[in-house]
Amino acid sequence: MEKNRPSQYIEALIIGGSAGSLEVILQILPKLRKGLSFAIIIVLHRKSSFDSTLAGLLSSRTVLPVKEAEEKEPILPGNIYIAPADYHLLIESDRSFSLDFSEKILYSRPAIDATFQTAADVYRQHLAGIVLSGANADGASGLLSIQNAGGITLVQDPSDAEINYMPNQALARLKPDYILEKSKLAEFINNLSVN
Amino acid sequence: MLELIKAVEDEDIKLLLNDLQALYGYDFTDYSKASIKRRINRLFTLDRFPSFAEFRYRLRNDPAYVRRFIEQITVPVTEMFRDPTFYQALREEVLPILGTYPFIRIWHAGCATGEEVYSMAIMLKEANLLHKSLLYATDINPEVLEKARKGIFQLSQMKQYSENYIASGGKNEFSAYYSANYDVAKFDQTLSNKMIFATHNLVSDRSFNEFQLILCRNVLIYFDRNLQSRVFQLFEESLDNLGFLALGSKETIRFSSIAPNFKQVGTKEKIWRKIGPHNILKL
Repeated sequence: MEKNRPSQYIEALIIGGSAGSLEVILQILPKLRKGLSFAIIIVLHRKSSFDSTLAGLLSSRTVLPVKEAEEKEPILPGNIYIAPADYHLLIESDRSFSLDFSEKILYSRPAIDATFQTAADVYRQHLAGIVLSGANADGASGLLSIQNAGGITLVQDPSDAEINYMPNQALARLKPDYILEKSKLAEFINNLSVN
Repeated sequence: MLELIKAVEDEDIKLLLNDLQALYGYDFTDYSKASIKRRINRLFTLDRFPSFAEFRYRLRNDPAYVRRFIEQITVPVTEMFRDPTFYQALREEVLPILGTYPFIRIWHAGCATGEEVYSMAIMLKEANLLHKSLLYATDINPEVLEKARKGIFQLSQMKQYSENYIASGGKNEFSAYYSANYDVAKFDQTLSNKMIFATHNLVSDRSFNEFQLILCRNVLIYFDRNLQSRVFQLFEESLDNLGFLALGSKETIRFSSIAPNFKQVGTKEKIWRKIGPHNILKL
């Protein structure tokens, strides 16, 4: 299942997760190298009341700058962006964010699928997507879009996920490039960087 | 295992948007592309068109379908008392100032199905200001205005709205404002008597009055920078001196040309007060 280091350069990595994924992210962040050559975009399901505290929590765990994505903000390498609560986060072709307050998708806003799909459209093969633990089917069809566009796809090993439903839903839709345990994710992400 | 997802491509979307402008006068060319593409693809799938050509043919030849298209593309999603702290700021910091005017004009730009207009009317009523207020509620989309005018919302939403209302500082029994009938809630006519509904397109229509408060929430996120700045100018022209402009929680005038003429009310909520431009005395 595992390949060697992917040959294409990556402009953005999107991590999508729901229940049981915050802990995984908190574990990954301290191990990430400074100055990664791509942007990291994190889309987490959460209660809309649990708002801007998330960026603060995550930034305390990493040397990389963390901020909540703002509408029209240019997406820059080496930064970590968090999807704001209660909006869908979309990627525009000029590599900037836009926000969208349309219907929830699979009971979720932000929806991982919306970010995955619009990003796949823009970055094509220069995109990587990761689906983590969760009790929701969100992310599966977006990850397929990333794969169809030639991007790199990774699913957290269901046997290692706190809630395996979301990884399993993704695996039912596609055969990803990688299935990894959470302990291997930081190294995988660092290796996507060209520097 | 490869699943092919049938989708409307960028070039097709350009064709559709050109048709809409040429045949019906709707200009979506300065909308954020990612969102409009998602909306169009969603509708294309929802209405089960076998091909893009049939989708386009329908739009070119069926004005009734154009109404549906506009309704579906322009995201008519809204709530009552959404972001309670925002309504609390309106209640505590803006309404007391509006109360000093003999007559209050408010514009809800892009009101969708009207939930925010009814929220505002409730607050005005509680501040004893509704009798001297007029709420102008506009949207590009005639279908949603029809719903807004009726003031009928899903009863299943009322629990959430009631919680929002209380969190915003509402002191009354929320259910006193509507009568429940089967699965719907119809809001009191004393509220809607003070509302004027009309179609207005922020892209192409001009200012039509002067207001002490303009609310436009979660509309500008769908516009590109250029269109945003045109709409900001429209709002500036349409505000009285010392009038207020209220935006959605992720929207800001900070990077726009009107920013120097406005001052934010407090720091947290997206409410600004027009403090300029100061008239230069002509000698």
